Amino acid sequence: MRPFQYARPATLAEAVALLEAYGPEARLLAGGTDLVVRLRDGTARPSVVIDVKRIAELRPAIRQVGGHLVISAGTVMTDVAEDEQVRRHFPALVEAAEVVGSVQIRNRATLAGNVCNASPAADTAPPLLVYGAEAVACGTAGTRRIGLDEFFVRSGETTLRQGEMLTAIELPLPARRMGAAHLRRTRRRGHDLASVTLCCGVDEGGVTRLAYGSVGPRPVLVVDESGTLADPAAAAEAKAAIFERMFASASPSPRSMRASPEYRLAMLRVLGARALATAIARLAGRERP
Amino acid sequence: MIPTYPIELTVNGRRRRLGVAAHHSLLDVLRDDLELTGTKECCLVGECGACTVRLDGRIVDSCLVLAVEADASDVTTIEGLTPEGRPGALQEAFLDRGAVQCGFCIPGQVVAADDLLRRIPHPTPAEVQEGLAGNLCRCGCYEQITDAVLAAAEVMDR
Repeated sequence: MRPFQYARPATLAEAVALLEAYGPEARLLAGGTDLVVRLRDGTARPSVVIDVKRIAELRPAIRQVGGHLVISAGTVMTDVAEDEQVRRHFPALVEAAEVVGSVQIRNRATLAGNVCNASPAADTAPPLLVYGAEAVACGTAGTRRIGLDEFFVRSGETTLRQGEMLTAIELPLPARRMGAAHLRRTRRRGHDLASVTLCCGVDEGGVTRLAYGSVGPRPVLVVDESGTLADPAAAAEAKAAIFERMFASASPSPRSMRASPEYRLAMLRVLGARALATAIARLAGRERP
Repeated sequence: MIPTYPIELTVNGRRRRLGVAAHHSLLDVLRDDLELTGTKECCLVGECGACTVRLDGRIVDSCLVLAVEADASDVTTIEGLTPEGRPGALQEAFLDRGAVQCGFCIPGQVVAADDLLRRIPHPTPAEVQEGLAGNLCRCGCYEQITDAVLAAAEVMDR
């Protein structure tokens, strides 16, 4: 690795001041499972690395505030997957957090880092989109909330502004009962990036939310409010037509080594249908996540 | 002049105080400064698990942790799992089952297997495979390694 300086702010104000002072020369470090790789291969060349893990305001890791569950920026996948509140309200996020990397990676990688890295293949992005998560961004100008659908731009690029840091992911506690499922396709089971990663949620009002990744430059959220997808008795052709519209934004890269575009598009339809069926079964209480 | 940062950590039960450069990984410091060469350097991208150590009760790839991040932490390496200098039940099981071929991945496999058995004292074969999914063995001894962990779980009964 090339040399750099290291800063370990104790407060959010200190962290934001450092970001302001160093500008594009600074990189934020949470779990490091992506950043340290990039520091080593030279694709990230910051003059200072700002470690966010000991910022006082980022504790506790997960807490309920009003109608939201707030997951702080330093919270690792293992803690997300083990948390009682997350397990109760957001089981598809648990399913996604449990398949990121290996045990070693999940013990270190953070939910916030997965989001900020904006990988099209990020496994937690589809459930976060389905559950209507917001990113909380803090800068010298104050704090703002960005819906995740407005957060992702393309691989590695988000709408976070220079000088802002993501301090938490907020999930609204579901107002209506929802059944949801996360599914993914990989080359090998365990520790592989997804060729397709997908989440489907169906609520008791008949709204179906579907989000998918690894089939284009950013994860995509689509919503069916007609009630057709959520209706187990609806005609298969009617469902297929809606699915086709929902998957129209998929544009997998022909250059990826993980899977061909044809395979990804085919698997997107298979996983979509399976996740929908599981979501409906879970909403009906026939299956537990 | 590259600045160094003072860190103080516990490694295998022993307090250690040293100065580290920010761009040196925990793996670098364990091997080069503390001469604990049981932890292996291999892929350096967090895929192979050869550098697995336990950090504050959880296993991590030490190639992806900056040494300075480990300040005030508790680290256990493969050396710390053999305090008497003799193989324990888990390591004996690896030897008995022929799980150790070239041996390079084994320190990481053993640290990960030890962690798995702490969390799940009686794992299923699927739980062993999942628990060790972050540890590659290029000799391809996955069956023997899984058998060894299952056999160790029988005799260890934590």
